[in-house]
Amino acid sequence: MEIARKFKNTFSMVPMFGWLSGALAAVLVEYFLGYNYISLVLGLPKIPVLFGTLIMLKTPIMIPSVLAYDLIVYIIPVLTVAKLTAPATNKIAGSLEKIPIWLSTIIHLVLFYGIMHLWAGINDYRLLVLKLTMVSIILTISINVINGYQGEFSCSHPGFMAVGAYVASILTLVLFVNDKMFGQALLPAELGPWLFPFILIAGGAVAALSSLIVAIPSFRTRGDYLAIISLAFMFIVKSAIENMNFIGGARGMSSQPDYASLPVIFCWTILTIWIVHNFVTSIMGKALNAVRDDEAASESMTVKTKKTKIIAFMFGAFWAGVAGGLFAHILRFINPGTFSIQRLAEILAMVYFGGLNSIIGSIVGAVSISLLGEALRPLELFKWIIIPLILIFVMIYRPYGLISFKEINVKKLFRSKNK
Amino acid sequence: MEALLNVNKMTHYFGGLRAVYNYDLNIKPQQIIGLIGPNGAGKTTIFNLITGVHTPTEGSITLQDENIVGLATNEIAAKGLGRTFQNLALWRHMSVLDHIKMAHYSQLTYGLMGSFFNTPGCRKQESEIKENSYRLLELFDIKQHADQLVTSLPYGAQRRVEMARAMATDPKILFLDEPTAGMTPDELVQMIKIIRQVHEDFKVAIFLIEHRMKFVMELCQYIQTLVFGEMIAAGPPEDIQNNPKVIEAYLGKEDVT
Repeated sequence: MEIARKFKNTFSMVPMFGWLSGALAAVLVEYFLGYNYISLVLGLPKIPVLFGTLIMLKTPIMIPSVLAYDLIVYIIPVLTVAKLTAPATNKIAGSLEKIPIWLSTIIHLVLFYGIMHLWAGINDYRLLVLKLTMVSIILTISINVINGYQGEFSCSHPGFMAVGAYVASILTLVLFVNDKMFGQALLPAELGPWLFPFILIAGGAVAALSSLIVAIPSFRTRGDYLAIISLAFMFIVKSAIENMNFIGGARGMSSQPDYASLPVIFCWTILTIWIVHNFVTSIMGKALNAVRDDEAASESMTVKTKKTKIIAFMFGAFWAGVAGGLFAHILRFINPGTFSIQRLAEILAMVYFGGLNSIIGSIVGAVSISLLGEALRPLELFKWIIIPLILIFVMIYRPYGLISFKEINVKKLFRSKNK
Repeated sequence: MEALLNVNKMTHYFGGLRAVYNYDLNIKPQQIIGLIGPNGAGKTTIFNLITGVHTPTEGSITLQDENIVGLATNEIAAKGLGRTFQNLALWRHMSVLDHIKMAHYSQLTYGLMGSFFNTPGCRKQESEIKENSYRLLELFDIKQHADQLVTSLPYGAQRRVEMARAMATDPKILFLDEPTAGMTPDELVQMIKIIRQVHEDFKVAIFLIEHRMKFVMELCQYIQTLVFGEMIAAGPPEDIQNNPKVIEAYLGKEDVT
């Protein structure tokens, strides 16, 4: 406890900008020295991909060298740089407070993106994990709108995701790719990346429309019954796609173009966070909470409850559709089996682990469950014992999730810690 | 004076049960009317019928000469019928300030896109509403609780939040469903003061259900008595107090020996 307090005292004056500089230093160390010097000296065959968790679980004898690597490459640079540059970064953070908040946010985000780009540049596995994690963030935030803010237990999210993924895939394949399924491309391939955002929006819009099938019954039922209806929706989507042979049926669709690069996904993630944050902090969005907590009172306080429910479902489904579209263009292969009950369990685990009614909670949940899932991959079957166990403990000690009912305060996050 | 709210020969059946029969009501601006009656007499049902939770089987309801039968509850509320509930109906995960802000919902004009992209118009309106909400909080003496969750407030303060919330919808008539239920005598006196204050400051008409005679007799200018869905007496407080039918309904028949 004493050590923890001392640690906290030492680092409490480091602003967000300082932590980002520390992280930048760490990835630079890895980028320039990681392979040639550090990992070779420590006897590691290559740079550990996910902080060495995979190597540690596969060959326990390597644990000391992996820990040494983590210490030298990540922990020491981050802590020393963050601490040593604290006076300078506090000054910078102080001057960033004076410029408009959006500009300072963009500066922080660009720095953050740079760090991720360098870190993911080391190998393709990292890049893939990072991309899928960001898609999980979008998904978790979108399901939080329905299950957290609106308080309905909806199980239809993989269905919305599938609709978005298939619509976006069909559009890109028809428009920009010469393939067996849809024949000649209608538009030149160079246009593809520029029109990709509109394709994602189209996928999201169709997913939003399809969500009406669940939203309209929600006027009359709540709780378990709506959960069953939404679960049925998920299975309907899955078997409908399985029986549509012109889009590949159960075999799925492949050869989507590689439009979902890291910067593209990063921008979409930030956009999702920004728009959902704006919505849920406005009175229009808080109506979701009011309808969840007491529908009769909301009606009497002039809140349009039916409209609010439709908005919640369509809004959540829209972002799920966008996430599906991105997902399809990351893996460049989708089949109906991808959007099934296992995906649902994963999404629900993320949202309930991270925290209901909170964007920051969703981010924490999505990142920790996806990284944990990857890190524990060598354990194979035991992974599905450990993750649920963690979930059970979270539910016992924090019934609404790790960080619930909290919104991001950007100003507070970036402020200078000079005292 | 022109009547604000006019209920004419309203009857309502729940299946085969006749809950309200031939009920008439006429509320003029700034009038305070009380509705009393034993448990199960149909008082809350009358509230629900007028505010649109149920649609009456027969009869007409007009608000400022405009028919409101068949409208959704939120539309009726936006037209100027604010209400509180018998058992507090607060939003348990929301702060006091959010409660008051939320009741401005019908006044929002910025639309969905405004709230998604946090447009200047949206920000302007939100800050206006926030200002107005603080004004209401101050008036009801709950400003110090603004950022607390409602569930952490003492009971009396929760009642005040509910009143403030109802007033934020900018009502012409305020419906109070047993505003003093579960209150101590001290809080009761305070509640009378608050209702008087609301009546004077906002110039609203008030229609209230209450069990405590002291409260009703002190506040109301006109009282209706309901038994098994039928109005058995109506008039100024003194008349009601001495009406043998009312005494019979509340205390039972007098033994004449």
